Amino acid sequence: MKKVLIANRGEIACRIARACSKLGLSSVAVYSEADEGALHVELADEAFSIGPPEARESYLRADKLLEVAQRSGADAIHPGYGFLSERAAFAEAVKGAGLTWIGPSAKNIADMGDKERARTLAAASGVPVVPGSGRLAGSDLHGLEDAAAAVGYPLLVKASAGGGGIGMRRVDNPSGLRATALATQSMAAKAFGDGSIYLERYLALARHVEVQVFGFGNGRAVHFHERDCSTQRRFQKVIEEGPAPGLPEATRLRMAEAALRLCASQRYEGAGTVEFIVDATTFEFYFLEMNTRIQVEHPVTEMNTGYDLVALQMDFARGAITALDQGAIPFQGHAIECRIYAENPARHFMPSPGKLGRFRLPAGSPDVRIDSGYREGDRITHFYDPLIAKVICHGADRAKAIARMMEALADTDIAGIATNVSFLRSTLGHRRFRDGDVSTAFVDNCKRELIADAV
Amino acid sequence: MAIIEIKTDITGSVWKVLKQVGDTVEEDEPIVILESMKMEIPVAAAERGIVKEILVKEGDTAPEGSIVARVEV
Repeated sequence: MKKVLIANRGEIACRIARACSKLGLSSVAVYSEADEGALHVELADEAFSIGPPEARESYLRADKLLEVAQRSGADAIHPGYGFLSERAAFAEAVKGAGLTWIGPSAKNIADMGDKERARTLAAASGVPVVPGSGRLAGSDLHGLEDAAAAVGYPLLVKASAGGGGIGMRRVDNPSGLRATALATQSMAAKAFGDGSIYLERYLALARHVEVQVFGFGNGRAVHFHERDCSTQRRFQKVIEEGPAPGLPEATRLRMAEAALRLCASQRYEGAGTVEFIVDATTFEFYFLEMNTRIQVEHPVTEMNTGYDLVALQMDFARGAITALDQGAIPFQGHAIECRIYAENPARHFMPSPGKLGRFRLPAGSPDVRIDSGYREGDRITHFYDPLIAKVICHGADRAKAIARMMEALADTDIAGIATNVSFLRSTLGHRRFRDGDVSTAFVDNCKRELIADAV
Repeated sequence: MAIIEIKTDITGSVWKVLKQVGDTVEEDEPIVILESMKMEIPVAAAERGIVKEILVKEGDTAPEGSIVARVEV
């Protein structure tokens, strides 16, 4: 493995390009028309245009990526996150073309990618899953009420083909059930071409905690401890941290063991994340899903453990590492990541594309890390995700990490578009956040204060 | 009878057109779903009525403030 094609854009493409130089590998960037001259293009050794701005015409075009790999002489592909990173068929095609795929096996991706299948496999490996119903397909809602009673209220009606928070509705009691189920079905049929739904127990006070894992394909795997990603808006993460504040040691251990059991049963290969939903009062935890890729928030773990997970992915892919000793993976201090988004918190976090008229980020240091794919003057377009930068801070304990983050955000100066920087500061400054009293409902419940303080 | 204009207040690509001319829409029912920055944003009818005109098709870019549909209320 000598030359890596980076099938992505933005901060993660920059991150991968840097890992390539660190390992002495050449890197090949690809870019759409919207990303001509982008930072990731500048950082890579070579760059190729792959078409129009729309992702489906460029970053999602497996054929174009494979053609660039061939033309450039790349012998490996790193998919980053999003785009084609969790498409089993792409992983297969990359291997079929004789290239090294820097990611889990196509089978791992396919098995974990189907949410219901993943749930079944997790349960079979002895990993607890959220109580839920089976698939309720098509127009047949027979048995809906019984299924709901078995799951218990409040519950979520979810579109099987949905994701990212869309096609998901909460029902508090039997009277609203049928109407909501029908509405979700019709919406899902139109939006996803698949009207099947399922029911899942809704945990009123829940936390989202995930375990970073790395498997070696032979049933052996190690974990890199957990990250708490409870602070979300619109079901999407905004602040992530490790360790999970206030989580009992016994729970942390049981969660890591459960994640490793799943990896072992799947003979999992490479980096992955096992996501759990945790009852914030009882600390009971349930498997939510497994992400078969490097995660946006992986720097939190890198700050806590000192490992370079992207370099590890590459070393495993090229056969330079075949095992790791669990005992050699420390969990030091406290790390927090804030995602700076081009969005307007005061307008329901609506996207805010535009030009970065001013873009000043804090200086990096051993305790402050900045991952961004943009520079002053760059345009944030509506074609891609709203992530402008990630700020990651480390401290000896949580209070010190938060204090460092507050300083870093105070040194962040962005103009030209709306961002969530003030919102992040008011969240970090909120008494409940400071107390570690985090849950997935925190932002919604405190929205008025968080936004009022931010303006 | 009055015709109301349904506008988008953010720029996005038209992901799905859920209604056709002649369809009845309820108040707050989405007519079109836009995709902007990987977020799916429904553009909904402000009042109950009948869809008279749809001015976008899937794949179009709808700029901030543009009219996506007209509804008779």
